[in-house]
Amino acid sequence: MSGQFLLDGQAVPFDDGQTILEAARAAGHYIPHLCWHPDFPPHGSCKLCIVKVGGRHVSSCALQAADGMEVDSSSAEIRGERRTLLQMLFVEGNHFCPSCEKSGNCELQAQAYEHEMMSARFAYLFPLRPVDASHPDILLDFNRCIFCELCVRASRDVDGKSVFALTNRGIHKHLVVNAESGRLADTDFSVDDLAANICPVGVILKKRSGFKVPIGERKYDAQPISRVSLEDES
Amino acid sequence: MEVAKTVRKVVARHAGVTTRLLQILIEVQDELSWLPPAALSCIAQALKLPRARVDGVAGFYSLLYRRPVGCYRILFSDNITDRMLGAPALMQALCTALWVERGKVSEDGLVSIDTTSCTGLCDQGPALLVNGLAIGRLDAARIDTIAGLVRGRTPLADWPRELFQIDDNIRRRGPLLDTEVPPGAALAAALKLGREGWLAELRASGLRGRGGAGFATARKWDACRAAPGAEKVVVCNADEGEPGTFKDRVLLTRFADRVFEGMTLAAWTIGARLGLMYLRGEYRHLLRPLHEVLARRRAVGLLGAGILGEAGFDFDIDIHLGAGAYVCGEETALLESLEGKRGTPRIRPPFPVTQGYLGRPTVVNNVETLAAVALIALRGGADYAARGTASSSGTKLLSISGDCAFPGVYEYPFGVTVAEVLADCGARDTHAVQVGGASGVTLAGDEFGRRIGFEDVPSAGAFMVFNRSRDAFDIAHNFVDFFAHESCGFCTPCRIGTVLLKGYMDKLASGYGAKVDLADIEWLERLLKNASHCGLGSSAPNAVVDTLLKFRPAYERRLQSLEFEPAFDLDQALARARQMTGRDDPGAHLETLREDTT
Repeated sequence: MSGQFLLDGQAVPFDDGQTILEAARAAGHYIPHLCWHPDFPPHGSCKLCIVKVGGRHVSSCALQAADGMEVDSSSAEIRGERRTLLQMLFVEGNHFCPSCEKSGNCELQAQAYEHEMMSARFAYLFPLRPVDASHPDILLDFNRCIFCELCVRASRDVDGKSVFALTNRGIHKHLVVNAESGRLADTDFSVDDLAANICPVGVILKKRSGFKVPIGERKYDAQPISRVSLEDES
Repeated sequence: MEVAKTVRKVVARHAGVTTRLLQILIEVQDELSWLPPAALSCIAQALKLPRARVDGVAGFYSLLYRRPVGCYRILFSDNITDRMLGAPALMQALCTALWVERGKVSEDGLVSIDTTSCTGLCDQGPALLVNGLAIGRLDAARIDTIAGLVRGRTPLADWPRELFQIDDNIRRRGPLLDTEVPPGAALAAALKLGREGWLAELRASGLRGRGGAGFATARKWDACRAAPGAEKVVVCNADEGEPGTFKDRVLLTRFADRVFEGMTLAAWTIGARLGLMYLRGEYRHLLRPLHEVLARRRAVGLLGAGILGEAGFDFDIDIHLGAGAYVCGEETALLESLEGKRGTPRIRPPFPVTQGYLGRPTVVNNVETLAAVALIALRGGADYAARGTASSSGTKLLSISGDCAFPGVYEYPFGVTVAEVLADCGARDTHAVQVGGASGVTLAGDEFGRRIGFEDVPSAGAFMVFNRSRDAFDIAHNFVDFFAHESCGFCTPCRIGTVLLKGYMDKLASGYGAKVDLADIEWLERLLKNASHCGLGSSAPNAVVDTLLKFRPAYERRLQSLEFEPAFDLDQALARARQMTGRDDPGAHLETLREDTT
């Protein structure tokens, strides 16, 4: 089955099995996302890709497109809800963009600009999350984790190492590494693993390479994430 | 080494099967009282799983401990009904008697005391769990007894049996609780009809799932029967975690045979050989009696190979224990947990009827649904549908607790009004009723004419009564705390939204709320409802939505000002500085300081 649906009033064709988000991208339309990645099955946790279909909110990364669907992705309501989700992520962790070496290359920060997030709105939770600098080539700064699980999935499904997993529950959920000591140095993690190169925020950082790219030349300096993201693939 | 030996023994008992991971963790903890890092490593090694994954599973469930706990681990049930019956004061009394701070282990390692989510003894609360076993009807005398037993280091097995006595409190019987169903009789009746004939009866009964969502049982079974895949599975959801609900506990205590018979019927209908019951960890006291019922059924040929002499009708049931995670009542989270994983709800579709347990077509039904199925097989679909309403046929079990004279389990035909139920249970001067538990509906006095049923006030079974001495804000506050504690943390809105909501409620409770907070609360509610991954998040704000609408003065009288928004008490913020400098003179207090300078 294939057909077309309406995305904010514009016709978008799709192939059988394509999700709303995939079909939209293929047609050059950007739907914001953080936990979705073109090389992995949909995860559906960040909820940034929510759209309204027939009056109901759905995750566009997970729902297959159907003929004649009317999808609302850029109304004030949906954009407002996405902004709130971003505000939530900002108060949940400890995100100090000016001093973060991922600044300018960070998807969370880029999304905040994309959605004109002017303040965090809610009270900061200020969690205590120690960093792990034990590994010779990689620094783990858990303060910025948004639980997209891309490192978990990449390490498990591609690298075949399962270096990362999530433990605890709810707001206490956090990443752990595959060692009784809890130290990355005691795992078989390597700087060449896909998991070392997939973090959308500033948790998994390569040592000795921070701040090398000058301001103005970083990934999201010149263009917003909505453009960069689509160009990445084409 | 002790730990390695214990792990080897437990893992061997489960034949090293990774889907048994949660069961293995529970049993290793039974022996070691907690799960030390070395035990997790040993388990990972024995099951050939990444250690991080084992840690991840152990960390998900509230009743598993990765830090040392007391030899006696005492958890007070923290539902609103327990609180109303005086649980906080009793917990404080026990803490004082045993010289231990809540949430900490006593210095001698003897005891730790904390709270836990509703343990399903609301009709005989306040309640607690000691090393996983339930004790109800707490009062000062019982607390004294318990303190004495702990201080005397009396082994749990030697504690007075009557402490652990749990009453069924069946107050009103209908066909479900009143009909004798001899083991095997319902199965035999269905077999005589043949699968098509039996499904026609089930369809005619109009039975809808009793877990809350109300999906038509016959349709679910039909879909699973038609789903491609030979190895189908029947799952009984006995993870009765909804605060205020306890009717499944009574069914499993008194009518376990009927529930298992329902599962066996499902197996025959869809063609399954494997049955799994997921029993919430808080109902652990039921595990042994349930296993005994299963053994009896095997002995008389109602489980095993060739059931009732029917060639190819092979089916058996195993019981998995939960370990303190409300979200596992959501059917896909339950399946994840059955597979030995973290109880995170899956993306749906696909639905369990096509891809459930280990990707196999799976029927997941509530305890009460399965008990009703057995009744329908025996008495026919038309007889069942003769009670109730057009879109909610049959009867419903209500777990009634709170401010009423006769808390317990009541069976009513669907369509009964809230007022009738209140009269029967001896409720007086009722201010509000919470139907369906924390995720349900809060009803105010002018709504007591409404009816229990899928078309009006749906209910998974909880019915909590609040009289005029209660404050609707406190009720909603309790439920908000509950959801923040039980959120699995998978999706952004629920993980963070429930905690922010709790923050606002705490702020209002402490008297520093402002009108702008009410607006923020309403905005959060909307986002939780719209964007959450599963029903936990989308129903988390229900009680706040309802009480804000129907009992708004309970919120507004907590606002310090309707205009100004003080985020904190300025003078209180100086308390730490006063403590550090050892000052308590008028000049160290804002108000008196002002007086001095004028």
